[in-house]
Amino acid sequence: MNDFFTVAIITATLASGIRLAVPFLLAALGEAVGQRAGVLNLGVEGVMLIGAFAAYYTALESGSAAFGLLMGLVVGMVMGLIYAFITVVMHAEQGISGIGIYLFGLGFTDLLFQKQVGTPRPISGLQTKPFNWLADDTGRAGELLFSHTILTYVAFLLVPVIYFLITRTTFGLNVRAVGENPQAADTLGVSVNGIRTAAIVIGNTMAGLAGAALALEIGIFQQNLTAGRGFIAIALVYFGAWRPVGVMAGSLLFGIVSSTVLQLQVQDVISGSVASIANMAPAVLTVIVLVVVSRRIGQPAALTRPFTRDS
Amino acid sequence: MLKMSDNQQGSSDGHGIGRYFRPFAGLAVPAGAVIAALAVGAILLGVFGANPLTGYRELFTGAFGGPDELAATALKSIPLMLVGVGICIAFRTGVINIGGEGQIIMGAILATLVALALPDVPRPILVPLVMIAGGIGGGIWGAIPGALKAYSGVNEILSTIMMNIIAGFFMSFLLEDWLIEPGAIRIQQTKRLSHNADLPILPGGTRLHLGIVVALIVAFLGYLLLFRSSLGMRLRAVGHNPHASRAAGMKVELSITQALAFSGACAGIAGAVLVFGSESHRLIGEGGPLAFTQSAGFNGIVTALFGGLHPLFTVLSSYLFGGMLAGGISLQRAVQVPQALVIALNGVVVVFVVGSLKLRTRVQRWAEGDIQMEDRA
Repeated sequence: MNDFFTVAIITATLASGIRLAVPFLLAALGEAVGQRAGVLNLGVEGVMLIGAFAAYYTALESGSAAFGLLMGLVVGMVMGLIYAFITVVMHAEQGISGIGIYLFGLGFTDLLFQKQVGTPRPISGLQTKPFNWLADDTGRAGELLFSHTILTYVAFLLVPVIYFLITRTTFGLNVRAVGENPQAADTLGVSVNGIRTAAIVIGNTMAGLAGAALALEIGIFQQNLTAGRGFIAIALVYFGAWRPVGVMAGSLLFGIVSSTVLQLQVQDVISGSVASIANMAPAVLTVIVLVVVSRRIGQPAALTRPFTRDS
Repeated sequence: MLKMSDNQQGSSDGHGIGRYFRPFAGLAVPAGAVIAALAVGAILLGVFGANPLTGYRELFTGAFGGPDELAATALKSIPLMLVGVGICIAFRTGVINIGGEGQIIMGAILATLVALALPDVPRPILVPLVMIAGGIGGGIWGAIPGALKAYSGVNEILSTIMMNIIAGFFMSFLLEDWLIEPGAIRIQQTKRLSHNADLPILPGGTRLHLGIVVALIVAFLGYLLLFRSSLGMRLRAVGHNPHASRAAGMKVELSITQALAFSGACAGIAGAVLVFGSESHRLIGEGGPLAFTQSAGFNGIVTALFGGLHPLFTVLSSYLFGGMLAGGISLQRAVQVPQALVIALNGVVVVFVVGSLKLRTRVQRWAEGDIQMEDRA
């Protein structure tokens, strides 16, 4: 019973929580960029699945996890262009077309998996751990901070990068402008559709990467591999009030809760039914946070509204 | 589609020759969406080395080729009809309900609990009772995000998604321990529920059960509610213009909550049908929530959109999509392309249908011969 409360296990749990947070973080950061530009992408889950399968299949065939990661990124980008066409050019209702993307991703990846792979074959994940040499000398804290693969550091480095991009660059200013008041931005000569397309492509690329990260972390593909993580990522954007740091906090919360529950279950501290209740907690908390956030902070004013010059 | 234009636009009598095409203009776009989706499917079939024509022929015969196939299609279409009718009510009120999955699960759970608590109630009472319990379970699960949206401004898309996740874990919580079949190997399922709650098989020698009648009744009630009642008129008014509705003295918050409660109730009944109309007559959580719901919470959105958000047309479109699901099994057998293809194509249909709304407005403007602009978004 008390085995759980050793420093070693707590450290390992937290470290695994950080790893589990990575797909959430990548997907949610990308979604935040799109939403700041006024576009809700409810298809994150589908894009993650497609990214995950692309990464898995590439890694399986080529033996290179890095190449798999790259493919995840590329298919994410392609999905971004498609989604931009659907929403920006064709003005499709964003909530519903996202569900279409989700269903497509769910069915398409299952189809490809059954047809091309069939039986689940494991792949080896990313092995590049740039700071691992520091982990040995710095004890528990070192294990917590330095034992991760390069992708984890990239994901967390993207938090300040996205923050800087949104708040300190002309592109970010334009993103916020088309998300808050596209008509005004248009009057000032900003290409609303161009900026939105760019934001969507960034968001979907990161969703594809998030799926790839997940597949490489788990080392296997199966139907519905993402199991709702893409939808949670969208909620995390609201949870984090459209700010990268808030999104990171939410991602870490979901990651650490999952790893803790898993660890407690492995250690036989809690039963499966208690674990189900515990796994429910982040979703319940998200609903509560949504209630608070919706009163305190407004979403981008033009979120989900297609842009036309007529109106 | 046809009906939607009648009800939403109402005003336009149309001028010129175009008005003769008006009834078809509303159908042109969804038909185009299906043709486009089938074309995508044909490409995929071709890529996997299957003859698209053979594939589609197998799909069609598997769906509509005989009494057993027609019955299997009807069985697959029941959850789609029920969820779809609920989606019509929500979307017409301007509320996007992505929570069908969770509402199905909570309906199934409450219905299961009733059947466990009252196993000896005679069938003519127990069957309606478990259906109503399903409606209440799903209705509550819909009313929560409805009230949160109406009174706290919480985005319903997100809250319904979270409610799906919560419901999924709640089902696995119950089936891990409390409701698990006693003495069985640890599979997440209840014991076989009371025989008195089984949905009776309809005469005719097929496996079709009373669930289809339940679905048709709910669809008709949904139609009456939306288009033939003052409550439905208020819901649609709120969906059309909440500000004007408020100015006209309507309780917008109440309407939004009601819409999601009704919507959830329809999905909850689908959950009850999935339990008591299944071959095993149990609530099964093994394989995850999607395995139990058969993704009907999402696919119902597809059929409702395809049915022009009209409950009666949604029945027809659900039957068609049920045919795709049933025929997908024959497709898989005949040309070795997994039936997951059908789910992927459903996604393509959604994208094409909502992606072509702008196009549809143009087609309708052309057909009506006027320049009336009506863009929901």
